[in-house]
Amino acid sequence: MRLIAIKPLTILAFTVGAFPVNTVLAQMDHSEMQMQGGSAPADARDPHAYSDGYTLTEGPYAQPGSRQLKLADEHAFWSILGDRLEYQEDSDSTVYDVQAWYGTTYDRFVIKAEGDIADGTLEESSTDLLWGHAFNAFFDTQLGVRLDQFNEGKDRQWLAFGVQGLAPYWFEVDVTAYVGDDGRTALSAESEYELLLTQRLILQPRAELNLYGKDDADNGLGSGLSYLAVGLRLRYEFSRQFAPYIGVEWTDTYGDTADYRRAAGQDTSGTQFVAGLRFWF
Amino acid sequence: MTPWFPRPKQPWQLSRRRFVQGLAAGGVLAATPSWLQAAVKGATALGSAPVLSGREIDLVIAETPVNFTGVTRMATTINGSIPAPTLRLREGDDVTIRVTNRLPVATSIHWHGILLPYQMDGVPGISYPGIAPGETFVYRFTLRQSGTYWYHSHSGFQEMTGMYGALIIEPRAGERHRADQDYVVQLSDWTDEDPMHTFSKLKVQSDVYNFNQPTFFDFTADVSKMGLQAALEKRQMWNQMRMNPTDLADLSAATLTFLMNGTTPAGNWSGLFQRGDRVRLRFINAASNSFYDVRIPGLKLTVIQADGQDVEPVTVDEFRFGPGETYDVMVEPQDDAYTIFAQSMERSGYARGTLSVRQGLTAPVPEPDSPEWLTMKDMMGAMGGGAMGHDMMKMDSMGQTKMDHSQMSGGMAMDHSMHGMQQGSENPLGKPSSTIHHARTEYGASVDQRVDTPSTNLDDPGIGLRNLSQRGLRPQGHRVLTLADLKSIDGVLDDRRPPARELELHLTGNMERYSWSFDGLEFGKSTPVSLRHNERVRIILQNDTMMTHPMHLHGMWSELETAQGELRVRRHTIPVQPAQRISYLTTPHDLGRWAWHCHLLFHMDAGMFREVVVS
Repeated sequence: MRLIAIKPLTILAFTVGAFPVNTVLAQMDHSEMQMQGGSAPADARDPHAYSDGYTLTEGPYAQPGSRQLKLADEHAFWSILGDRLEYQEDSDSTVYDVQAWYGTTYDRFVIKAEGDIADGTLEESSTDLLWGHAFNAFFDTQLGVRLDQFNEGKDRQWLAFGVQGLAPYWFEVDVTAYVGDDGRTALSAESEYELLLTQRLILQPRAELNLYGKDDADNGLGSGLSYLAVGLRLRYEFSRQFAPYIGVEWTDTYGDTADYRRAAGQDTSGTQFVAGLRFWF
Repeated sequence: MTPWFPRPKQPWQLSRRRFVQGLAAGGVLAATPSWLQAAVKGATALGSAPVLSGREIDLVIAETPVNFTGVTRMATTINGSIPAPTLRLREGDDVTIRVTNRLPVATSIHWHGILLPYQMDGVPGISYPGIAPGETFVYRFTLRQSGTYWYHSHSGFQEMTGMYGALIIEPRAGERHRADQDYVVQLSDWTDEDPMHTFSKLKVQSDVYNFNQPTFFDFTADVSKMGLQAALEKRQMWNQMRMNPTDLADLSAATLTFLMNGTTPAGNWSGLFQRGDRVRLRFINAASNSFYDVRIPGLKLTVIQADGQDVEPVTVDEFRFGPGETYDVMVEPQDDAYTIFAQSMERSGYARGTLSVRQGLTAPVPEPDSPEWLTMKDMMGAMGGGAMGHDMMKMDSMGQTKMDHSQMSGGMAMDHSMHGMQQGSENPLGKPSSTIHHARTEYGASVDQRVDTPSTNLDDPGIGLRNLSQRGLRPQGHRVLTLADLKSIDGVLDDRRPPARELELHLTGNMERYSWSFDGLEFGKSTPVSLRHNERVRIILQNDTMMTHPMHLHGMWSELETAQGELRVRRHTIPVQPAQRISYLTTPHDLGRWAWHCHLLFHMDAGMFREVVVS
């Protein structure tokens, strides 16, 4: 099983671990051209310089009353993405991983919900309620809370701060740090990539890892790198919004988490087939 | 909150052919109420809009069922037809146009390209409050110009659901060009989806309608063709910058059906002629979001008018135009039948019709070209032409034929350090400034790229139309119209004053977030551009995006000039290519507030929109 564990770790090095480096390199690469990002030079143009002090509601010929013309930049939109709604063969459980948002282009309320359902019971779940704010063209900061629920264990609440977005070379990245009660801390990182084999057949490598600041014996979580999952899912997009998939997922646990699992007579790592549905609307 | 609409049938649920080709008999359903039947009397062949003329016109806006693809949808129509009635008016006339709103929501009509008092311009929230349900608004204005124009709703996405029609103003002095036949060829696009739902999907996933994405197998094909190194290099910058080289349009045939005079490709709109006729075709791009590349295999197209204004006739084989633009062309057909072929810029489909000596004839319909990847030039401008970072002199080969000694490179604007030597003792505003000033608001989340080496030449036909003959895609000598080919005839550009000042604005966007703006500020965050009455002013537009934006300035002309400051052609809608920096002069003769926006409807609605105050 250890051999299998190395594989996900290697892949991880090329995915999750590489993103911050990627981002930094990309910015360095472009320091000469500065086609993206960066900060405005001192002599940057004032975008209001041609207004003569007029606004959309004040000045000559403005329509009376409050401003009537509001375009989509002032509208709220929403979306629900069911990234993973899948059956996991080995554990005979159903996993959901859903993200929803409501808001404008740059500020939105975000819900991220993940959980395992087995035998009709919600075994454990983790729900982030976040306020997202765009801090550059491709990334949002997210601030809020996470609510963990364990069917067998103790529920936990966390304050959450993270970044989510699209890194250079098209890696979707989501990294969140958590602070809980009793000085608990946690970090979770997730990354996905979409490899289009054809316009509709898409291979999605995905990696996720969790770290904890200290042991949580109640919930069987050890400090340090606790959990790593690396998956490969192949989906067919009947429409962009509706795509069944099959896949394989390697998972591994480490340190005290692995010990807790061993003590409970559970596997510390595994490989399993998954089948599910990706959808959004 | 985005309204929740019942999901229309997804395109993939329809047969591919029917979706792309549409229904042969598609269009407005016959079951229109009797009061509308009266209004549409005079309707002739399928897809031909009724013609209304005179000094008093009545228009009624209502919902009408239509069926272009096999699915019945509600359209918003003017007098029950798509396109709306063709208005044939006369230069110099005072016209009264009564517009009655029978929709459950407010509406409006904007007279595209027409000079008039701002209260009559028809932009809700800027010109007037709009036309409330049940209300009749009376437009009154004097026609101070002639030519081919059009009109459309300026409310929400009503234009996309059917509210567009041709507006022809006959010149008092008679037509400059004799024509035996005179047809409006109005190109548009239709979606069975609710446009707001379409837009919402782009907000979630901006490439949702792009089924021409780079794939893994494209990569392996490139590797075997050009080697691993070159295949990686071809992709490196795009992937690093998170830009998609196939991002040619936001929408495609995955949701759109392309229409010619309100008729699907299968429906085949036909215009008749007799051998030896001189046929005038008034092409109007009334599409919501589609650029069209138009040609009539076998016929030369002599362009005589652009945006309603006469130009020195120029004969070409093909032209590209974006939403809002119009071109009048003369053709002299000798054979029995010709196909008018208008493929969309992203090559997912086409609108098509036929010119023939009698009804029912057809001519071969070309296949759409294969879509091309955008090039480094489309991303970076002049520096992307292959000589990036190297010998500047190489760029002389890049297309610009002549330039004065101070302009070092072919169509490339100078950076700051070179700027100093460019201006001699003459009027510093004699030609447009080439110093690039990004706005400070271009460094935030709203802007995904900035261009530091824009191209300034006007003779680039654009992606998908470059070097067609050399590549064997068209016959030898095939000529594609470019902006450089257009020159207003003598007397059109009547204000010869040099500009007294210069404004620079950048066209910006963030494809990933699906946001579009000027200077990184969407409309809601913007302030108006203030112009002085009757001043001569230069507007520089630099496109910091990878898409072409047809920029439409209401209420005044946009008089395009070259990078050397030579005044060329009067337009109302100017397409600005990716990474291009263009400039035009204007003289605001009419006081008031005016709209200025990208005429890709979704870009406008996303915020690429400014108000202009003339006071």
